[in-house]
Amino acid sequence: MSANVVEVENLVKRYDKVEALRGVSFDVREGEVFGLLGPNGAGKTSTVEILEGLRTPDGGRVAVCGLDPERSGPRFKQEIGAVLQSTALPEKLRVIEALRLFASFYTRRRDPNELLKRFGLEEKRTAFYMHLSGGQKQRLALALALVNEPRVLFLDEPTAGLDPQVRREMYDIIEELKREGKTILLTTHYIEEAERLCDRVAVIDQGKLIALGTPRELKQRSAGTTRIEVRLVKPESDGALQNLDGVADCRESEGTYVLHSTSVPQTIVALVKHLEARGNELASLEIATPSLEDVFIELTGKRLRD
Amino acid sequence: MRHTWTLTKNRMRLALRNRAFIFFSLVMPLAFLFLYLGIISKAFPFGGGASVGPYLLAPVIALTVMGSFWGLSIQLVTFREQGILRRFRVAPVGPGAMLASSLISNYFLTLPTVVLEFLLARWIFHLDRWGNLWSVWALVTFGTVAFASFGLIVASVTNTMQETQVINNLLWTSFLFLSGATIPLPVLPRVVQFLALFLPATYLVTGLQKAVVRGTEVWHLGAELLALGAGALLAFFVSKQLFRWEPEQKVTRRAKVWAAATILPFLLLGIWESNRGALRSDAKATFDTMDERAHPPRPNR
Repeated sequence: MSANVVEVENLVKRYDKVEALRGVSFDVREGEVFGLLGPNGAGKTSTVEILEGLRTPDGGRVAVCGLDPERSGPRFKQEIGAVLQSTALPEKLRVIEALRLFASFYTRRRDPNELLKRFGLEEKRTAFYMHLSGGQKQRLALALALVNEPRVLFLDEPTAGLDPQVRREMYDIIEELKREGKTILLTTHYIEEAERLCDRVAVIDQGKLIALGTPRELKQRSAGTTRIEVRLVKPESDGALQNLDGVADCRESEGTYVLHSTSVPQTIVALVKHLEARGNELASLEIATPSLEDVFIELTGKRLRD
Repeated sequence: MRHTWTLTKNRMRLALRNRAFIFFSLVMPLAFLFLYLGIISKAFPFGGGASVGPYLLAPVIALTVMGSFWGLSIQLVTFREQGILRRFRVAPVGPGAMLASSLISNYFLTLPTVVLEFLLARWIFHLDRWGNLWSVWALVTFGTVAFASFGLIVASVTNTMQETQVINNLLWTSFLFLSGATIPLPVLPRVVQFLALFLPATYLVTGLQKAVVRGTEVWHLGAELLALGAGALLAFFVSKQLFRWEPEQKVTRRAKVWAAATILPFLLLGIWESNRGALRSDAKATFDTMDERAHPPRPNR
């Protein structure tokens, strides 16, 4: 059994009267990629910023590498690497200067030139920060987070706002770090990211941890149901689809009806008969195995992006 | 200490790449030099030109030194608003290193402008003296650190750039017009002269005028150096206490009390000066030397 690098116990955080975290508990084991999955405002960033020592908790206990982030000061900061959600560097700081500057703060440090090469920033070596694209800025942020060979890496929404291609590049980099055995805690609201990268996922909503397990374990919660997404030529609003054979649950979102079925053939036959009887037609139909999104919908009754 | 030095070098490099910095720290002070020594000096009743040059060079240097106040407050607020400070916060760097590097880099960047002003005053405006350069150096050093630290305090008690600019403008206007930096102190109404005794800018301007015009030695600038030195130390200490990494961190009531405490040395010194001090009479004596220089007494036959 691997040792815990991060320990969170009954964590509470309030902003005025709003309770952002309401007793969150989890551990991150050495060498695992742990994901905090939840919609915006769920409490992911508050959690990770408490772990980085940027915010003070109002209750509970946290330990990172056996240290209290708030009280251990520089000794704690030597052990962590962080990609923050909202941050920047001075506009006219060159890429290589940023790496050298941050490397100089640590006792354990990596060669900035090697990091440039690894993150594909060699061509941008002397470029100003202001002239980097979003993806390049994020790669530089990752390189800076690794400049001290951290024992644990915090990635707060590392791919938010990036286009799909750059996002996939970031996935490749994080997967490589995972293969190297880096301990990573990442927050995300992208299902694909959590499923692809994380060994274990904690689903968090409205400041509460509502599920925890490997992506496979979580998806087994939806075992026995298959997701059928249908679009109809004429919309239906009387809830009749909920009563079709085999349908355990039906929700509508932006014109798409998501049916969770315990028997796909039965449901499809019933659906076709139902539409014929009403003079309606299928515009599209898609059958998918359950995803973490389905788990989230089951647990919270809403979509991640709502 | 190592972090402070690394950050200082980095800040100096960034400042020299910044056009706004070049404008406000080099172009504008030199524009003031030409305005004061080239144009305003001709309007003085004491024969103008070289005879009032040393007297007017002092406020030009004072304005250069006081400019640190603007530069550092704006820079700190910008860094905080853009989230730059929070990136440093997750690294093992403390507020002390961040603030000290701002002050040291600002000092090293201000010094060449002051030297250039002296050289141009001598070469272009034919200044006949250097004044006491040790005294000028001491005043510039203490003054730069003090005014830069005041800027850091303003940045710590304001939340947005607009707020910072409003407070900076209020303070800057009083420094500019009530201290003798624009209108000579002895010419100002008595009530304003009294108010001026409570302003740090007055000690800088008066001290520089004494050092440049009369060549006053360092140990005869006690009140001026005490005011600026105590102000610098207290303001640096307070700015370290008030330092905020994030825009979301609230300005507490305690922080506002700390910020208000910065005026304490100037309040005490102002009270002492208004009762027993010689600052106003010194300023008058320095002002009068211009008249003596324009109309030197005839030798007895």
